[in-house]
Amino acid sequence: MTGLLASGWKFDPNRHGTWAVAGTMIVLLFVLPVLEDPLLLLQVRYYVSMIILALSMAFIWGFGGIMCFGQSMFFGLGGYAYAIAVGNIGESTAPFFLSMIIPAIFAAILGYFMFFGRLNDVYVAVITLAVTLALYYFINSTSGDEYKIGKARLMGFNGISSIRKFNWPGDPKSFLTANELFYFSMGLLLATYLGLKVLLGSKFGRVVVAVKENELRAELLGYDVRAYKLAVFVIGAAIAGLAGCLSINYKNFISPNAFHLALAAQIIMWVLVGGVGTLFGPIVGCVVLLYVSFILGTGAASGGGMNTYFIFGLIVMIFVLVIPQGIVPTIRDWREQIGRYRRMIGGGLLSLSDQLPAGHGEGMRNLAERLIGVMKSESGPAPGAGTKG
Amino acid sequence: MDLVGIQIIQVLSGIATLALMGAGLAVIFGMMRVINFAHGEFMMLGGYVVIVCTEQLGINLWVAMLIIAPIFVGLVGLVFERILIRFLYGRMIDTLIATWGLSLFLIGVITWIFGNVTKGVQTPLGSYSFGDYSEKTYTLVMIAFTIIIYIAIFAVLRRTKLGLIARGTMQNPNQASCLGISPPRVYMITFAIGAALTGLAGAILAPLNTVIPTIGVSYVAQAFITVITGGAAAFTGTVLASGVFGTVRQIISFEWTPILGQVFLLITAVILLRIFPTGITGRFFRRST
Repeated sequence: MTGLLASGWKFDPNRHGTWAVAGTMIVLLFVLPVLEDPLLLLQVRYYVSMIILALSMAFIWGFGGIMCFGQSMFFGLGGYAYAIAVGNIGESTAPFFLSMIIPAIFAAILGYFMFFGRLNDVYVAVITLAVTLALYYFINSTSGDEYKIGKARLMGFNGISSIRKFNWPGDPKSFLTANELFYFSMGLLLATYLGLKVLLGSKFGRVVVAVKENELRAELLGYDVRAYKLAVFVIGAAIAGLAGCLSINYKNFISPNAFHLALAAQIIMWVLVGGVGTLFGPIVGCVVLLYVSFILGTGAASGGGMNTYFIFGLIVMIFVLVIPQGIVPTIRDWREQIGRYRRMIGGGLLSLSDQLPAGHGEGMRNLAERLIGVMKSESGPAPGAGTKG
Repeated sequence: MDLVGIQIIQVLSGIATLALMGAGLAVIFGMMRVINFAHGEFMMLGGYVVIVCTEQLGINLWVAMLIIAPIFVGLVGLVFERILIRFLYGRMIDTLIATWGLSLFLIGVITWIFGNVTKGVQTPLGSYSFGDYSEKTYTLVMIAFTIIIYIAIFAVLRRTKLGLIARGTMQNPNQASCLGISPPRVYMITFAIGAALTGLAGAILAPLNTVIPTIGVSYVAQAFITVITGGAAAFTGTVLASGVFGTVRQIISFEWTPILGQVFLLITAVILLRIFPTGITGRFFRRST
């Protein structure tokens, strides 16, 4: 490690960020089970399912430019698809895939009307909001006996409980153990993250970003903007459905609250706070805000008086007004800004020290070289560094 | 015959409800192009003003509903226009997210003050019977209020100088400012008027609905869908869209369940927007207000 640093290697979030995030996940994958703390593993699985949900929103909003106000509907649909299918089939392999396919199909139908109708961002936001609400009310009203699909009742506002967990494919009797479920969730998170990275690096991903940046230009270059938006929307829905399926395996229960706007709102907030247009930012936003709402939740339960709506409303308004980029891009900007100042001040000090008679100003020169530091190794001497080698 | 009559009244009340919900939004979103996701919460505030005035201050219901509620909510709108929305004009998605933050904030504040409990305003005027059926008299009053409000809006916009200035500024702020009008002031006043109309709508609807801090969510989606489907000519469009949606929703609710009524409203909206992406008035009645 020290050798690496000495050779001038420097951490650059733009180039090494993906590997840092993926590496952290892999380390967690191997370290956490060693701790033999079942509760911790369970907690991490909850966070993992939410992070996957955050990634789905980060993808369609940050890169696809689709402002979906109801990403929770795909989360809920995925969960319900799994719960109903597993109740009918009695085996979890097919339901696992259905939990992604059903939301994807639903998103394809909804997206067809929205994107091929060329509705603008605002209309898309409103329609996704309204559809989510309608689903929420509809599922809430299905508590009667007549509402069932195959053997599985929908149960309305009571929610479906004691849902079967994952089993090994083809062997309905052998359920996954807690550790195996953890490996599975973590592995899926890693796959989702890296998969999205690869997708965004591919030609498809570049066109998607181009469409977001300038729809008209992309269209004039011959790309079918509607189809690309639809594809992004469908992929996002499938990932959100996967998150729903994982969250069911965490709590063995699903209720219409999975569709609730409170969740839809939180998803947007994770991305907004973490940073629109990055994948890492929403992960940070998700973990931080889940923790905040966890603390606020326990506070309210013990009569703390602070309520989450109030705090979250404030957070959203402040972020839009003051830090519209989100935390991660802002910190990145700060780093660049600080680097620029360091080089400026260092360059000034160096040229100043050159003016001094020989033998003086050694300390100043050392300080200047330390401030410039990286720049010397990368792009030759700084302005004013002159003959000093 | 009685059944048909009562159904017609119900359809009319459905249309009036949607038109009332949409009125304030037609000003703020339809005219100013500001996405106000706190619309439902402004309506909710109107409802709470009525409750506080009648229950705790002992003020006459009609005074509270028709005078105090719009003034109070208008002032709230003015304050938030100054501290939040004026920085975001022209940034549609940011406005959307910020006002949605505002809506969460207002829900939080009201929950803090009143608790998360259902309140109700007793429906005044009792009921009348219509053959074998009986219906709240207040429903008819609500329909009448809606008609009066829309006549007033059209009159102000088409017949007064204020309306002319507002319409002109929305169309071309630069030209308006060349003529000696200050667009920021016009925006501020228009937003406050839109908020006041919204508060008025919330107050008028309060006796027909329960009032809880989170009621806004169920208003905001319907109001937006109505105004969006209405299209460019905000007020004519809102009336037309209310006509379509109110009829669909009321008939489906009557035949099946209110939930399915909502679902069909939405399906109708999505299909209508697929056919007329710029709204109804994007295709018909283009020259109206």
